[in-house]
Amino acid sequence: MLKDITIGQYFPGRSAVHSLDPRFKIIITGVFIGMLFAADGFAALAVGLVFLAMSFIMSKIPFRLMLKSLKPIVPIIIFTSVLNIFFLDGAPLVKFGFIKITAEGLRTSAFMVIRIIALIMGSSLLTYTTSPITLTDAIERLLSPLKKINLPVHELAMMMTIALRFIPTLIEETDKIISAQKARGADMESGNILQRAKALTPILIPLFVSAFRRAEELAVAMECRCYQGGDGRTRLRQLRSEGKDYFALGVSIVFLDIVIMLNCIFG
Amino acid sequence: MASIIRTEDLTYTYSIGTPFEKTAVNKVCLDIEEGTFSGIIGHTGSGKSTLIQHLNGLIKPTSGKVFIDGQDIWDKEVRIRDIRFKVGLVFQYPEYQLFEETVYKDIAFGPKNMGLTDEEIDRRVKETAELVGLKQETLYKSPFELSGGQKRRVAIAGVMAMEPKVLILDEPTAGLDPKGRDKILGQIKEYHRQKHITVLLVSHSMEDIAKFADKILVMNKAEVFCYEDTPDVFKRSDELAGIGLAVPQITKVFLDLKKRGIDIRTDVYTTEFAKKTILEYLERKGGAVNA
Repeated sequence: MLKDITIGQYFPGRSAVHSLDPRFKIIITGVFIGMLFAADGFAALAVGLVFLAMSFIMSKIPFRLMLKSLKPIVPIIIFTSVLNIFFLDGAPLVKFGFIKITAEGLRTSAFMVIRIIALIMGSSLLTYTTSPITLTDAIERLLSPLKKINLPVHELAMMMTIALRFIPTLIEETDKIISAQKARGADMESGNILQRAKALTPILIPLFVSAFRRAEELAVAMECRCYQGGDGRTRLRQLRSEGKDYFALGVSIVFLDIVIMLNCIFG
Repeated sequence: MASIIRTEDLTYTYSIGTPFEKTAVNKVCLDIEEGTFSGIIGHTGSGKSTLIQHLNGLIKPTSGKVFIDGQDIWDKEVRIRDIRFKVGLVFQYPEYQLFEETVYKDIAFGPKNMGLTDEEIDRRVKETAELVGLKQETLYKSPFELSGGQKRRVAIAGVMAMEPKVLILDEPTAGLDPKGRDKILGQIKEYHRQKHITVLLVSHSMEDIAKFADKILVMNKAEVFCYEDTPDVFKRSDELAGIGLAVPQITKVFLDLKKRGIDIRTDVYTTEFAKKTILEYLERKGGAVNA
């Protein structure tokens, strides 16, 4: 039952988007978010959408997966659209008592909804095409200038890597423990909140015990291999930027420029 | 005899619709008779663990049916918890599921979920604890103070205490030393003898299975390779080797003897029987035997 949770939600593939340098992908995603927020009107927003559609088609990610990424934000989308439709001042189109719908309200609401959807789809595209570990590597490299101000960048990245590495392990473990307790007749589906909370004890205690055990084993294993932090460490997977990475970044910046230009023309 | 476990075209596919899609169990039809001690053997990833989790309703099959005691367990009338009390499942490394303050409470967890009276629970806890070789004073210790082997015993006792009609054990001896291994398997065999229940034992060790099981289910690539009486399975040693399963070492010796032109039977899989066979052979050849 827990297998359905996708954390990191990486979708393996060999598309052009998958093979981009992750550092560039992060920056390009940033540029894309810039486009969405710089856009003042629908024309400018459409340019951002074209960019999203292009990257999406190149990534060969199934469309249904992209829709799935939107599922958790449906309440936010509804909330924003309702808020914008009903509470924006302007000339009313329809009026029922104190509720009025204005043309501005409809427009802003549509604009906001498209922007949020595009935002989530764009960032999901990043996580769909980049494995969590590569992503952390890239973040470490991108943040490495901050080492100069004594920010423990390597340690933070290592913590993230370990956390990501152990999510599937812990999910699997939880699954196993749940199955084992269910096999002993544990009932987790019925009863009131208090009873259900109590029913979690047989799962949480073994889970904590095993998490601590794993942490200890990992610490020993790391020490055995003389791990001592980031200084002087080399990497197995070197991140190398190629022509196509600069090209992709260039394209995204051109799109951003177009968005800003359109703003100047229509604004 | 009636079959206590029956599966019809049982199929299970993981992660349907993603690149990770994989059929773990493919069209498995089984009839397991009541009271048998069956071994299940197969490679890692051959679908053993997935198969056994179907038998107590932890996994719902993608297609096909599972009958326990003649009842379709996914029938709307059936309460799946009742099936779980009927079919006790001991997972791999079961010691990681212990959680209570005392060993006693932990063993009592299953029986308590069944809604039994306190006296009945007390009887079952004490009886199973004794059966798996736990001392009375251990019952009031915390399970986290015990050694690995003892924890394992507590966990197995926890399932046995539900007194299921079918007991399934997934690699109950993984990670134990040879002495602990023989002891636990011996206790399971003893329990089988006393209660006349059906036992399914998943193991990687051909030796263990050969020693304890009446019948063997061989799984290969998500399918049932064969399910036959133990001697019959080992007669097919060559085929077993073909799918990459090692036959017991003692059987290997006899296969090699045969290959070298010695006329000897090859369905030998325990040391005692090996001794008998060799002596018989020598007698037949007319040599002097003093053993």
